[in-house]
Amino acid sequence: MNGRRGVAAAFLGVLLAGGCGTGSESVTVFAAASLTESFEEIALAYEERHPGTRVELNFAASSRLAGQITSGAPADVFASANLAQMDLVVGAGLAAGPPRTFATNILAIAVEPGNPLNIRGLADLARPELLVVLAAPEVPVGRYAGEALEAAAVEVRPVSLEATVKAVVTKVALGEADAGIVYRTDVLAADGAVEGVEIPDEDNVAAMYPIVALAGAADPDSAEAFVEFVVSPAGQAILARHGFTAP
Amino acid sequence: MSEPGPPRTLRPPVPVAVMAAVAALFLLLPLLALAVRTPWTDIGSLLGGERVRQALRVSVIASTASLGLATLLGVPLAWVLARGDFPGKRWLRAFATLPMVLPPVVGGVALLLAYGRRGLVGESLADLTGVTIPFSMGAVVLAGAFVSMPFLVVTVEAALRSADTRYEEAAASLGARRWYVFRRVTLPMSAPALAAGMALAWARALGEFGATITFAGNLPGRTQTMPLAVFLELETDPEAAYLLSFLLLAVSVVVLVAMRGRAFGGR
Repeated sequence: MNGRRGVAAAFLGVLLAGGCGTGSESVTVFAAASLTESFEEIALAYEERHPGTRVELNFAASSRLAGQITSGAPADVFASANLAQMDLVVGAGLAAGPPRTFATNILAIAVEPGNPLNIRGLADLARPELLVVLAAPEVPVGRYAGEALEAAAVEVRPVSLEATVKAVVTKVALGEADAGIVYRTDVLAADGAVEGVEIPDEDNVAAMYPIVALAGAADPDSAEAFVEFVVSPAGQAILARHGFTAP
Repeated sequence: MSEPGPPRTLRPPVPVAVMAAVAALFLLLPLLALAVRTPWTDIGSLLGGERVRQALRVSVIASTASLGLATLLGVPLAWVLARGDFPGKRWLRAFATLPMVLPPVVGGVALLLAYGRRGLVGESLADLTGVTIPFSMGAVVLAGAFVSMPFLVVTVEAALRSADTRYEEAAASLGARRWYVFRRVTLPMSAPALAAGMALAWARALGEFGATITFAGNLPGRTQTMPLAVFLELETDPEAAYLLSFLLLAVSVVVLVAMRGRAFGGR
């Protein structure tokens, strides 16, 4: 074979194999950003039990993922951080079956390690000298935070409305913001980069995480098997280790 | 066989013509799709919306200020790179153009680490003056200047390097001081390239997303620019996002056509 042609053929092959994935032996999971650490571990455990299957993870705000799925993104499984975004996908007829709630989460206030500004609860977030960062109201955690602040009758003037919960954590971890409302699990995942201030149950909001196999899955059996694994005791144990509560 | 002057136009060989057509389609189709999906009938109500107007205002102010900063600092840098002779010039040129290829989010993180409240420079700035840059319009301006200045520097430097230095030498031999020569000879001679570079830089600053959301955050009316609004509107109101995208696109096309590719030696 002519050398140049070989290069062209190889290039085309890479393009076909990589670009237009056929989906066999792989499950593409679109998961809420707050599930980053737990689902990475779940994916590894799943791959161990199903040799030859690869789990492709795509993390973003659930609202963004729902938008991508309804616009035709090739996802096999959708794990959302709230029911509203799941309803969008189910309502569009894209779910293979009824979604199952697999975990719950609660809110916490992320502050600098050591809590130098002595932030004790939601009410402190109204202090005018504090730089408070929230997630955008389009993002589930931003909406939950809004609900919690409204219920507690606390008026906060955030300096930024971030696109994902992880961006809120980052702003606090870098010291640019004094406090941010995130999930309790994000504080645990930050591994000391931020400290969590608990929000008492009566002021807190429970986030429900539903998961579903999607109707357009390239391999419906694998998609369903992944969902089964997440709700199984093994999957639940991993989630519990990352601070999620069983539904 | 060949005569001096601009190259004549030629008929392309068939494979070249075919690939060029594919390339043109590849680039044009997404723009066409955007135009097709844009809800033209709602344009009035969408543009009148509070969020769109705020984003438009932030974008126009910040990108113009970015352009001012990029021009004020970028032209001298271009001169030094084109005319100067000092060790490490190649390194300086590489670093000056780095933001062109750096992922903008990385640029945003780097800006935070330098000018943030706990940053290399930002911490002293906050201690001395009480001023913090992130989450402010100033941060949007800095992010825009950071990503757009290289476009201006590259354009102006290329023009300065290919320019005839005899006019400057003549002016100097007649007794003009260096600053005078720079202002009265060099700058006017490079005006077309400067205009092209400024147009490119402004369009780049206007479209910046990653560095902005990382360094300046996202707050409607303060730091939420058009691209940030597009990104977030896409989740709740795709129609508005399409329209905003198309507006941004139209502005960029006007800028690029108006300068007729001068920055890249086109005509």
